[in-house]
Amino acid sequence: MPAHLSARLCSLALALFLIAFALPAFAGPFEDAVAKFANDDFSDTEEAIGVVAGSGNKLAFPIISALQDGRLMADPDSKKVYVTGADGKSIDAATGEAVASVPDSASAVRLNNRLRRSVDAALGSLTLQSPDVGTRLQAAQSVFKSHEETALEAVEAALAKESNRSVKAALGEARAAILLFKSDATEVEKLEAVATLKARGDQEALALLTGMGDQPASVTKAAASAIGSIQNSLAVWSMVQNAWYGLSLGSVLLLAAIGLAITFGVMGVINMAHGEMVMLGAYTTFVVQEVIRSRYPGLFDYSLLIAVPLAFLVAGAIGVLIERSIIRFLYGRPLETLLATWGLSLVLQQAVRTMFGPTNREVGNPSWMSGAFELGQITITYNRLWILLFTLAVFAILLAMLRYTALGLEMRAVTQNRRMAASMGIATSRVDALTFGLGSGIAGIAGVALSQIDNVSPNLGQSYIIDSFMVVVFGGVGNLWGTLVGAFTLGIANKFLEPVAGAVLGKIAILVLIILFIQKRPRGLFALKGRAVEA
Amino acid sequence: MTPHMLTRSLDRSATIFLAVVAACGILIPLSNLLLPVGSFLQVPTYLVALWGKYVCYAILALAIDLIWGYCGILSLGHGAFFALGGYAMGMYLMRQIGTRGVYGNPILPDFMVFLNWQKLPWYWYGFDMFWFAALMVLVVPGLLAFCFGWLAFRSRVTGVYLSIITQAMTYALLLAFFRNDFGFGGNNGLTDFKDILGFNVQAEGTRAALFALSCLALIIGFLICRAIVSSKLGKVLIAVRDAESRTRFLGYRVESYKLFVFTVSACMAGVAGALYVPQVGIINPSEFAPGNSIEAVIWVAVGGRGTLVGAALGAVVVNYAKTFFTSGVLAPYWLFMLGALFILVTLLLPKGIVGTFNAWWDSSKEKRTATSVSAAAEDGVTEPKMMAE
Repeated sequence: MPAHLSARLCSLALALFLIAFALPAFAGPFEDAVAKFANDDFSDTEEAIGVVAGSGNKLAFPIISALQDGRLMADPDSKKVYVTGADGKSIDAATGEAVASVPDSASAVRLNNRLRRSVDAALGSLTLQSPDVGTRLQAAQSVFKSHEETALEAVEAALAKESNRSVKAALGEARAAILLFKSDATEVEKLEAVATLKARGDQEALALLTGMGDQPASVTKAAASAIGSIQNSLAVWSMVQNAWYGLSLGSVLLLAAIGLAITFGVMGVINMAHGEMVMLGAYTTFVVQEVIRSRYPGLFDYSLLIAVPLAFLVAGAIGVLIERSIIRFLYGRPLETLLATWGLSLVLQQAVRTMFGPTNREVGNPSWMSGAFELGQITITYNRLWILLFTLAVFAILLAMLRYTALGLEMRAVTQNRRMAASMGIATSRVDALTFGLGSGIAGIAGVALSQIDNVSPNLGQSYIIDSFMVVVFGGVGNLWGTLVGAFTLGIANKFLEPVAGAVLGKIAILVLIILFIQKRPRGLFALKGRAVEA
Repeated sequence: MTPHMLTRSLDRSATIFLAVVAACGILIPLSNLLLPVGSFLQVPTYLVALWGKYVCYAILALAIDLIWGYCGILSLGHGAFFALGGYAMGMYLMRQIGTRGVYGNPILPDFMVFLNWQKLPWYWYGFDMFWFAALMVLVVPGLLAFCFGWLAFRSRVTGVYLSIITQAMTYALLLAFFRNDFGFGGNNGLTDFKDILGFNVQAEGTRAALFALSCLALIIGFLICRAIVSSKLGKVLIAVRDAESRTRFLGYRVESYKLFVFTVSACMAGVAGALYVPQVGIINPSEFAPGNSIEAVIWVAVGGRGTLVGAALGAVVVNYAKTFFTSGVLAPYWLFMLGALFILVTLLLPKGIVGTFNAWWDSSKEKRTATSVSAAAEDGVTEPKMMAE
C-alpha cells in the first residue's frame, strides 16, 4: 500500500508541476488577450477586457481590478503585461508568475471614460459568480447601483445559476435596474422592472425611478405610481423606526423611573440618591462579571441572570439602611429630605469612585444580547429588545406585587391613610422601610439593564435622575400606570422631535414642554383624586 | 445712605454683619494696595480675588434665603439666574476685547469668527455699552424668573414640584448653552477678558475695586432683603411659608407675593453672577449644572435658613472649607464631607449655625420672657407638613 500511495503522490506532484510550468508555453486566447493590453490602443484594450473577463481564468479578477486602479503595467517592447500589487510585488499577468521587477519601459495601461465603464461592468460580472455568497450579494448590489448595460449578460447568466434566495432577489433587482435604463429594452420588460423596483421599495429604488429619464408613457405612469407608493411606505417605515427608538428610550426611562415611582410616588419621599441606586446595580453587574471572568468563564452568558437578584438585594439593603438611618427622621419635610438624599448621593458616588476608580468599567454583553436583526426596513438590536421586554416584566411583577401580596396591601393602606392603617395594626414604620427598600431594589435591577447600554461610571446615576423625576411628575405621582404612560410618551415624543430639531434641542423642547405641562396639570397626567389639601 | 426706617429694623446680628462686611470691603483692598508686598498684614491679590468670589456666593445665598427661608420656595435653579447675570456681564467684557482678540475682529468675539459667523447675532447688540449690560444683568434673570414664576405660582405648583421644575429649567439652559450655535461660546463659554470700563481686569487695583464693589453689593442686597422681610409684606411671606392655603383663604393673593419675591431674588442672583465673572475671569455652561444650584441651597441650610446673616455666613464657611480641603491631600474626601454636611445639617442642625446660635442666645438671655409663637416663626420653625394622603 505505501509504495502504491507514494507512486500516486509522485505522479500527482509531477502533474501539478507540469500544469504550473508547462501551461504558459501554449499561448491560448487568454494570453493573446492579455498581450493586447500592451498595444496602447483603446479598442484593443476594450476587446482584451471582454475576453479576459469572460475567460474564467482566475487571474481575470486581479488583472481587471489592477486595470481599474492603474496598477496594470504594459511593456510595449516585449508585449509583456504585469500586475503590480499594492504591496509592491508584481506578477506576470499572462502566467501569474512572480517577477522581480517591472521593466522601466513599462507604463500603466491607459483608460478613457468608456473603458472605465466596461471595467466596472466586467468587475461586477466577475464577482457575480464568485463561490462566496457574501461576495455575490455585494456584486449584485454594486451592479444594481451602477446599472451598466454591459453587465446585463453577466447578470442574466448569474441569475440562471443562482440558488441562494437573497442573492437571486438582488440579481433580479440589478437586472431590473439595468433594463430600466436600457434604451432598447421592450416596454413589457421595463414595466416588469418598475414592478420589481416598487417591490424593493427603499431609498435607492426611489432614486432610480425618479432619475430614469425619457420613457414610454405607460412606463412613466407606472413609475409615478411606484414612486408614490415607495414614498408612502418609506414614510411609514421611518415612523415605525422612530416609534421603535421611542419605545426603546421609553423603556429605559421607565426602568430608571419605576423605582422612583415607588419611593416618590407612593411614599412621597424625594430620593435624590435614586440614581445612585441604579449605579450600584450597574456596579453589582460589573463585580458579578469580574468574578465570573476570573473563576467560572463558562457562566458568562448567565451573568445578568445572576446579577439581577444580587443587584436587587444590594440596592434594596442599602435602601432599607438609608430609610432607617436618615429618611425616617425627615418624614413630612420633603425639602429637607431632598437635601439630605442629595448629600447621600454625593457620598455614594465618591465611595464608588474610591473603590472602583473614576473611569468607566467594562461590562460585557452576553451573547444572547448582542447582535441585531432586520425587520422590514429597520434594524432592531437584541439588547434594546431585551431591555424593553425586561422593563415590561419588572413593571408587571411590581404591579402584581402591589395588588396581590400582603406587603402590597399594607403599602397601599399606609399610602392612602397612614393613621388608619396604623390603627388597623399595620406596623407603618416597617412598611416604610420595606417600601423604600423595594423602590431602591428595583432601581438596582434597572442598573443591571442599563449597564448593557450605558457607561458604568460613578456618574451613571446622575444622568438619569432628572429624567426620572420628569417621568414620575409627568405621569402623575402615586400612579404606576401614569409612570408607564409618561415614560413611553416622553420617549416617543423625544425621538419624533429629534429628526426635526436635533438631539439637544429636542431634549430642551421636551423639558420646556414638561415645565409648561405641569403648570396646566400640577399633579401630572393621572392625578390621584382625593379631598386632601396640602398645608 | 440707609433710610431711618431700615436702621430701626436691624437687630444685633445684622449690625455686626454689616459692620464686618463694610470693614472687609474697605480694609482688604486698602491692605492689598497700600502695604508693601510680602508684609505680614498685606493681603495677596489672589486672596482678594478668592474672597471676592466668596462674597458673590454670599449674595447668591442671600437671594436663596429670601425665597426659601422667608417664603418657603425651594428653588433648585437659582444657579441659572446667577449664570445668566454672569453671561450678561461676560458679553460686555467680550465686546470690550475688540481687536485684541486672536482674530482681531473689531466686532465679533473670537468664537464667532472661529465658527465662521459673518455678523453679530441680534441678542449681542448693545452689550458694548456698560449701562446696557448692567441693565441686562437685572432684566434677563428678572424676566425669566417673572415668566417662570407667573406660570408656576398662578397654577399653584408648590413644594417639591416647584423644586423639580426649577431644576429642569436650569438643566434645559445647561443643554442650550452647551450648543455652539446658541451664540454664547458653547462649551468654552466666554473668557479671555481684557478690561472693564477701561480698567484692566487683571490689574490689582481693578481686583481690589471689584472686591469692594462686591461687598457693597452684599450690603445693599442685605438691606433690601431686610427691608422686605421686616415689612408687612415680609409678614405675609412668612405666612405663605407656614400655611399657604390659610393665607389664601384670608384674602391675600399668594401668587403675587411669591412672584414679587421670586423676581427680586433672581435679580439679586444675577448681580452676584455679574460681579463673579470679572473676578473669576470666565463664565461657561457648567455654571448652569443642577448640582451647583443644590450646593448653593446647602450654604443657606448650613448658615441658617431664614436668618439672612446665616445664608451669607454659610456661603463663606462652606466655600472656604471647599477651597481648604480640595487643595490639600484631603481632596478625595471633600465630596464625602460635603455629602455628610448635607445629611448632618438637615438631620441635626435644621436651623443652621446662626439659627441655632440665636435660639440658644435668646433662651439663655430671655429665660423669663416667654418666647411666643411669633419668635418661633421668626426662627424658621415650620409645622410639620403632612403629605397628601
